[in-house]
Amino acid sequence: MRRFVFLVPLALSLIIGTFSVWGLLNDRNPSEVPSALINRSIPKFNLSPLPGLRTPGFSRDNLLNLKKVSVINFFASWCLPCRAEHQSLIELSQNNEIVLAGINYKDINKDALDWLTELGNPYTYVGDDFSGRTGIDWGITGVPETFIVNRDGKVVHRFSGPLVGVKFKEFKELLTLELR
Amino acid sequence: MIPELGQFSLVLALLIAIAQSTLPIIGVTRENTIWINSAKYLALLQFFLVLIAFMALMRSYIVSDFTVTNVVNNSHSKKPLLYKIVGTWGNHEGSILLWVLILVSFGGALSLFGSNIPTRLRARVLSVQGWICVGFISFMLFTSNPFERTFPPPLNGNDLNPLLQDIGLAIHPPLLYVGYVGFSIVFSFAVAALMEGEVSSAWARWVRPWILIAWTSLSAGIALGAWWAYYELGWGGWWFWDPVENVSFMPWLVGTALLHSAIVTEKRGAFKAWTVLLAILTFSLSLLGTFIVRSGLLTSVHSFAVDPERGIYILILLAVSIGGSLLLFAYRAPSLESGGLFSPISRESGLLLNNLFLTTAAAIVLFGTLYPLFLEGITGEKISVGPPFFNISFTPIGLLLGSTMAIGPYLKWNRADLAGVLSRIKFLIFISLGVSLFVWYLKSSGPAFAIIGVGVSFWLFTSTFFEWMDRVRLFNKNYFNIFKRIKSQPRSANGMTIAHLGMSFIILGVVGSSAWKEEVISFVEKGSQLKVAGFLVTFEGVSIHQGPNYNSEKATLKVEKEGKFLENLYPERRLYLATGTSTTESAIRQSLAGDLYVTISEPANNKFKGKWVLRLIYEPLVNFIWLGASFLALGGIISITDRRYKIGRTFKYRRTKPINKVVGLDNF
Repeated sequence: MRRFVFLVPLALSLIIGTFSVWGLLNDRNPSEVPSALINRSIPKFNLSPLPGLRTPGFSRDNLLNLKKVSVINFFASWCLPCRAEHQSLIELSQNNEIVLAGINYKDINKDALDWLTELGNPYTYVGDDFSGRTGIDWGITGVPETFIVNRDGKVVHRFSGPLVGVKFKEFKELLTLELR
Repeated sequence: MIPELGQFSLVLALLIAIAQSTLPIIGVTRENTIWINSAKYLALLQFFLVLIAFMALMRSYIVSDFTVTNVVNNSHSKKPLLYKIVGTWGNHEGSILLWVLILVSFGGALSLFGSNIPTRLRARVLSVQGWICVGFISFMLFTSNPFERTFPPPLNGNDLNPLLQDIGLAIHPPLLYVGYVGFSIVFSFAVAALMEGEVSSAWARWVRPWILIAWTSLSAGIALGAWWAYYELGWGGWWFWDPVENVSFMPWLVGTALLHSAIVTEKRGAFKAWTVLLAILTFSLSLLGTFIVRSGLLTSVHSFAVDPERGIYILILLAVSIGGSLLLFAYRAPSLESGGLFSPISRESGLLLNNLFLTTAAAIVLFGTLYPLFLEGITGEKISVGPPFFNISFTPIGLLLGSTMAIGPYLKWNRADLAGVLSRIKFLIFISLGVSLFVWYLKSSGPAFAIIGVGVSFWLFTSTFFEWMDRVRLFNKNYFNIFKRIKSQPRSANGMTIAHLGMSFIILGVVGSSAWKEEVISFVEKGSQLKVAGFLVTFEGVSIHQGPNYNSEKATLKVEKEGKFLENLYPERRLYLATGTSTTESAIRQSLAGDLYVTISEPANNKFKGKWVLRLIYEPLVNFIWLGASFLALGGIISITDRRYKIGRTFKYRRTKPINKVVGLDNF
């Protein structure tokens, strides 16, 4: 019994060691903290359209009334990674089962218009979030950021950073699961 | 050429370390005197080799040798000279080299100044130290070589992170490392003792100065880090319970426990296995800290370049050193007989209680730091543990520790009279309660712990002071030889008093600045006025200045109180040109009552162009933290010089009095 007591420190350090090995070898990013919105209903917002663009603006109620799976994408013309993922968004816009809506985050109207004219407009709706207020409500940490919202208006997935390569593949898989 | 010289010395140092880790220890079992004695010279040689490597790297920084990758990544030709030098350890590779330099310095110091230690024990200690050297030098050579070249060399470097271009960084890491790494020698002593199967009072006396050196530097290093965060990071706090802060705090807590339990081992021959365990744990926690900081295992505001390969290497080092030493402990410690019985009320019990509090506190910090990892491992859920958890769980134990440590020094060894002690100082209890009530009356808004905290601080201060006063008979009629009486006290006793007074200051500072902080943030234009804690601050505009490698916007703030002009404060916003990053340089009006802390920043939104964001914070009593920390360090330094540890004494005597070594020397 007495000898056993002297083994306690070793045992504890082995436990910590096991977790450390797992923590290192497992492919994980400790700085990525999941969105608090997951499995919650989308926050309230009501965004006006971009002046000069034919695509309408939208609000929370718009989305809820559609009863469709929607993809909400925060973008800005000043953001280079957004340019990188634009091709992926164009690809998504071919899919009629989903609604692709863009939120133009802290951007100058004219720059945003030029951007959509140059690269093409994949969005069914585009809302203007010049003040960044809606961005705060969605808890975004930067642009681009993309959310998948299910038919009941609940946020199911959040992706931060551009949807390219492996990430885009993963995104499409999750989206297909949601559409079933 | 010079970088290759450095590289070459490192490789040689690794070979020497391999020799140092094997020859002496084999020599001890084979009774081979030459092998035993080789430890001393190998350790010194090792020190010089690593010193050459370090100098070579420092030179590359000073002359801005941009053929060295490390210099390119972390320096810039226009950086002021001081920060070029400091840049040597402002990055992963360089800081590991500094780590190793300090490691071998301790080995070298033990060779030079440890001549009072039996040669066989010393040979074993140096061998264990050699194992650690092998681990870390090979880690550096294989995964993080500071001397790697780059071709073609760029015209200029990427500059050092501007936050690190600060005098605090010049001193903070070296001190912290002396603390972390200093415990390596204590660890080696513990492992050597386990190998010999004997822990004696003498052993505790030999190891004590090394504990004190490491502990003092660690205390000063942590305090400097907190101070740097306070004035440089611009958020007005000094501690965030960030993983990297926690991993420096855990060795401090366990090291403090060790400092106290080693006294019992030395004076009473008790707590032997416990002291050895603490010695192993303190260094293990230092290693764990190095691992966590550099592997990216946890999320933290402090970032080193994260590389999983390095993480795995350090993890293997940890598994060998911690696992091995604890296995040895489990095998050998049961046979370490703890002598010295003591009654439940005695100084031994007091120190045991202190140890319980300190290790519990360390366990809380360890648990809180690693909890996100545990939780993610078991349930996959990701969380972060922040200040609320630590504040709630740490505060009560801190206050308990503070209030019991006031009584400890009054207790006698073996059997003490607690009732007698309490009746002697019960008036202090009443006065402290009175102080608490008075604070409650003044600041009814503050949290309860703060009101208790001020009382605890006052109680600790007064009872520590009274105990000292009693000891030196401060009010003895013979006023004139008061200094003689103070000097006749053992240095370690005076050191203890100073360090305990320091703790009372720290408690006061921590409580004051966290409980009664006042803060105002607002948009300002020229002429705007803001009020905080009785100060009236007028924003008088911003002017542009140019520094050596940055541009700065400096605001002028007029500070008044009760209609009287006090001074102008100049907070800055600096843009460092090479990296394009900006830093906040706070301006502080310091006083013992509290700091007025101001920062400016540009508003993020274009709508408010032309306006500035002004942040005023009043931090009551915050300077008591730094004052207290310097008392801790001072107490440590005074204790180190205590005569019974005889650091370097035999060494000195051998030089001046070669023959006279018969009588009187060992009567301490």
